[in-house]
Amino acid sequence: MSGPYGTMAEKVLMKGNEAIAEAAILAGCRHYFGYPITPQTEVAAYMAKRMPKIGGTFLQAESEIAAINMVMGVASTGRRTMTSSSSPGISLKAEGLSYLAGCDLPALVVNVERGGPGLGGIQPSQSDYFQATRGAAHGDFRMIVLAPASVQEMADLTMHGFDLADKYRMTSMILADGTMGQMMEPVSLEAPEVKTYDKSWAVTGTDCKRPHNIVNSLYLVPEDLERTNFERYERYRTIEENEVMYEEFMMEDAEICIAAFGVAARVSKNAIMAARAEGIKVGMIRPITLWPFPKAAFKKAAEHVNTFVSVELSMGQMIEDVRLATECARPVVLCNRAGGMIPSPEEVLQRIKEVNGGMTK
Amino acid sequence: MTTQILIAGFGGQGVLFSGKFLAYKAMMEEREVSWLPSYGPEMRGGTANCSVIVSDAPVGSPIVTKPDVLIAMNLPSLDKYENAVAPGGIIIVDSTLIARKVERTDVAVYYIPATQMASDEGITTLANMIILGKLIRVCDAVSNDNLEAALKKVVSARRADMLDLNKKAIELGFNYAD
Repeated sequence: MSGPYGTMAEKVLMKGNEAIAEAAILAGCRHYFGYPITPQTEVAAYMAKRMPKIGGTFLQAESEIAAINMVMGVASTGRRTMTSSSSPGISLKAEGLSYLAGCDLPALVVNVERGGPGLGGIQPSQSDYFQATRGAAHGDFRMIVLAPASVQEMADLTMHGFDLADKYRMTSMILADGTMGQMMEPVSLEAPEVKTYDKSWAVTGTDCKRPHNIVNSLYLVPEDLERTNFERYERYRTIEENEVMYEEFMMEDAEICIAAFGVAARVSKNAIMAARAEGIKVGMIRPITLWPFPKAAFKKAAEHVNTFVSVELSMGQMIEDVRLATECARPVVLCNRAGGMIPSPEEVLQRIKEVNGGMTK
Repeated sequence: MTTQILIAGFGGQGVLFSGKFLAYKAMMEEREVSWLPSYGPEMRGGTANCSVIVSDAPVGSPIVTKPDVLIAMNLPSLDKYENAVAPGGIIIVDSTLIARKVERTDVAVYYIPATQMASDEGITTLANMIILGKLIRVCDAVSNDNLEAALKKVVSARRADMLDLNKKAIELGFNYAD
């Protein structure tokens, strides 16, 4: 069957949350640990149904904290493992995220964001951008952060996230929002090509035939700890050079450039089409990796773009990365809703028109 | 062409189910499609709605703010969304449950006593599919062909007995003349 995604497996309608779960299974994940929270509970529900049938583990932990530590346990053995939650639950996992980084363990963590801070609400949000790309927890570390904008990407980036996690021995995070988790779209799911990664570090039992491996994040000698940090950041530099992903939309002649990811990018596409119909030259750069951020694409765009508009479901977080990437060479303005609200295409169009009229604030 | 459809009613009326059927039907006609439910703390008796977008081009925003077609299966839904419908759009009302008339004069309005019809036919849970039959009749988002194939995607194999009843419900609505 051929379709917009090429000739692939038969298309099915799935919720984004379900697509993540099925894609994880296809990618070889057999150990899922979670705790229910709206709007990501379908990930856990799907895993609860499927894992027992394929010899995998589904475990509803007693808390989010327990779940991330179970992930750490499985990751130590070199097996693919994941957990998922929504914003307040991800905060609870913070300690585990730092320990995963300190132990150089591969894992996939899914955050289907809802409005915050605090317990917040249950409607879609992108206000965990800082948390995901900057300070997920204590210590010097990064996570690879993938931002899907369709149900197909929920699946594709889940598979890709597992590969990146294994390749670089670190956490990949899927940063989605409630809309992406809850919506259904046609999706084609096929098992990815099996790649093998060096897992000689894994704790798998020695059978008394090799020195034992140690997975640990405690280094009491500062020289040793410093060395691990420098080595890790060397790896992060490789990732920044090789793993950036983004989509450019109508950027060839754009004088105004929207920066948006996830559902904000979907809404922005409608606004861009409407603005183009009125002769306004506007395009979009949609980061797919939020870290590493597509700095070069924005820097290049700043050569011909007059103004950047960061469209976000937050009080303005990614806007800081756009300013950093463009070195403030051009004005970067915000178009945002927060607390679970989503900007309408009309609101984004209005902002485009203001900017087109010369507004730079 | 893009058609934005909003199906709204009480939780338990099958609003999400009929939207899912519609989305599958469109997908099987090689159209681009998205389906987005309201996911508030609703349960049976609360309000529920879903946005379905059917298009020839990839769907941008999956959120329906200006529906071309509104199915209102209870009064709160009509009250809430009547004014949001795009001028020239369509409103389909379950006239068993909604006593009042639509006030807008710039939209096409169809009244169908779907809940009463379902009750009369002994298919009380299928008012949602009766009213969907009316939608298929009056809006060209999807065709009336090959209903079974799409129904098979949404009716679970355990409830195969419901396939014919769903088809019957759609046909009842499709053939209803108001």
